[in-house]
Amino acid sequence: MNVLLRSLVLLSVLAAIGCSSLGVKPWERNILARDEMLIDADPLDLAIDEHIYFSKEASSGGQGFAGGGCGCN
Amino acid sequence: MKNSLLLIVLLAFPLQAEVYNINQLKLDNYLGKVVYLDFWASWCKPCNQSFPWMNELVARYPAESFTVVTINLDQETEEMHSFLAKVSADFDIYHDPSGHIAEQFGIEVMPTSYLIDTDGKVVKKHLGFYTIQIGQYEKEIESLL
Repeated sequence: MNVLLRSLVLLSVLAAIGCSSLGVKPWERNILARDEMLIDADPLDLAIDEHIYFSKEASSGGQGFAGGGCGCN
Repeated sequence: MKNSLLLIVLLAFPLQAEVYNINQLKLDNYLGKVVYLDFWASWCKPCNQSFPWMNELVARYPAESFTVVTINLDQETEEMHSFLAKVSADFDIYHDPSGHIAEQFGIEVMPTSYLIDTDGKVVKKHLGFYTIQIGQYEKEIESLL
């Protein structure tokens, strides 16, 4: 019983710290910044998607330099 | 004959971008000067845009009162060198592939630059680089000179 409790505590602690460093840091985005990492290859598609998101969700941006993958500016 | 010609050429065209290891950076050495500290990387397009402007600053303001110090955060050293082969940089570059110093400064976006006054105090922090704001950036620098 004690062993079970201890292993449960250990497991939950590991689960909690497992996600402690999600995402990439701003300076680690060299691969994300590549042109091949664009969500869509066609600039017209990108423009249309951008407009749709703006109209439906009032959200914009994230599509800038290097497809937004670099997170610059 | 060839050697002396080479010497003359080398003296006439001083080396521009010096790339140092981040461990060699001592900001204290720049006390007494206004420092424009810029964090950049080769894959960051706005950084690419900021280079001609920073070169202009170095040319415009006297070296005794103003300097540009940049920290490169490229994780691939080769990418940094191929970038510097294409874009000229008339200022010192300190390379930190580990990103520890960026962590210490709390960099949130690329590029980030700090304007540091003669006492070594950070006066302004720029998130990103916008060519449209160059006038504003220059005003801030001139106010410290």
